Amino acid sequence: MTEIKASMAGSVWKIVAQAGEQVGTGDDIVILESMKMEIPIASEEEGTVKELKVAEGDFVNEGDVIAIIE
Amino acid sequence: MFSKLLIANRGEIAARIIRTCKRLSIQSVAVYSEADQDAPHVKEADESYLIGKPRVNESYLNIDKIIKVAKDSGAEAIHPGYGLLSENAAFAKRVEEEGLTFIGPSAEVIAKMGDKVEARNVMKQAGVPVVPGTMDAVSDVNEAREVAEDIGYPVMVKAAAGGGGIGMQAVSSSEELEKAFEGNQKRAKTFFGDGKMFIEKQILNPRHIEIQVLADLHGHALHLFERECSIQRRHQKVIEEAPSPFLSEETREKMGESALQAVRTLGYANAGTIEFLVDEDENFYFLEMNTRLQVEHPVTEEITGVDLVEQQLRIASGEALTLKQNDLVIDGHAIEVRVYAEDSNTFYPSPGQLTKLSLPNDKGVRHELAVHSTSMVSPFYDPMIAKLIVHAGTREEAIQKLTTALHQYEIEGIKSNLTMLKRIVTNEHFLQGNTTTSFIQDYYLPAITKP
Repeated sequence: MTEIKASMAGSVWKIVAQAGEQVGTGDDIVILESMKMEIPIASEEEGTVKELKVAEGDFVNEGDVIAIIE
Repeated sequence: MFSKLLIANRGEIAARIIRTCKRLSIQSVAVYSEADQDAPHVKEADESYLIGKPRVNESYLNIDKIIKVAKDSGAEAIHPGYGLLSENAAFAKRVEEEGLTFIGPSAEVIAKMGDKVEARNVMKQAGVPVVPGTMDAVSDVNEAREVAEDIGYPVMVKAAAGGGGIGMQAVSSSEELEKAFEGNQKRAKTFFGDGKMFIEKQILNPRHIEIQVLADLHGHALHLFERECSIQRRHQKVIEEAPSPFLSEETREKMGESALQAVRTLGYANAGTIEFLVDEDENFYFLEMNTRLQVEHPVTEEITGVDLVEQQLRIASGEALTLKQNDLVIDGHAIEVRVYAEDSNTFYPSPGQLTKLSLPNDKGVRHELAVHSTSMVSPFYDPMIAKLIVHAGTREEAIQKLTTALHQYEIEGIKSNLTMLKRIVTNEHFLQGNTTTSFIQDYYLPAITKP
């Protein structure tokens, strides 16, 4: 089980991978938006998205858990 | 001159414009979003009006709302600052239709310079050197390939409507060109709704040097020398200086004369900037024209003693320029650094609560601020929170002053690029004036990844 954390503070612009979806290393889970910049947050390993901790429009701080991959 | 001015902008530039209004006894009207209730420009203006939610589409880009505030408050003119509505021809047209004055050139000129293909054609006609390439948008990838073979690789594939590096790519072979053409055309359509593409020669190791101009409604035009703006990250400038440490007096004069030719051909009236790419042999090529005040305008103000906002207001109100080209001389050297709320290594934004802002205070040190010491830096806008400008007799003294100021500058609560700025201004290549557009990739990033 791996926690995917936000690499910057910002709002969740788009959820790319839904819970239950199969993802590979480097696949985008969500796209954060902050200060006119969009930063994709990618999975660090292969697995299934067990849980998404955020919804579109949510504000996250750097280090907040975004998703759990199993 | 106007008695009341609305500023359709936010952050440091709104506060900067208000300062000149106060000095000229012009009443200032600020507009702000819900995220900016506590911002410096809101407090410093004579009147302030809430115009909507934080997102720019619901506030700072809401033309109807801004016009209504201008009329209700009795403002006679609107200053658009930079970014936001400053180069929006439809906004400029609407302001004039409503019987107000737009602080900027005509809507027609804004539209012309906003279209890269048209801008290039206009400049070529004016006798301003342009980068070798297509004069019109290419119809398809086959024509793009023919053009590229004609002018020789490497070439740039560029979207006519592109900006901020989007829709632009360097390619060095026909295979790369095919891929880049289709990919960038698709992106340009998605981002700008316009898939017009053109091809031009890639200038190797270029510098980004721009000429500041002022032109009035009576046919007078003058240039206020150059700004060297080559050091950029994510296609946004980080450090700007005037004069350029690279240009010879002869090239400086030629570039100034070219910029004035452009202004005269366009029938331009306002402050404006002609951006050029300059190669290693001091050949210069038109890049684009910004028909507004630039972020980095303070370095020009420092070396010439001219308040560019004041000049913009005088020009828009119909006054003739009283400055003469021969009166303008370069006094010393000025450098500006942009203070961004972002990580110094990854350049990722870092919004959040400021807990401390302590500023150096010395002769020849100027601050332009979008925040105060307990501001909430919101995630909705550009990460630039402040600018630090120094002015001294020589480039060496200016760098010394800047280095001292940066070491005294304190920001707490959020990440900032102060670490990056300190590293750049002490980098030997910067000290030598070796500032090309690839400075960050060539000299900054390698230095920070070393253990």
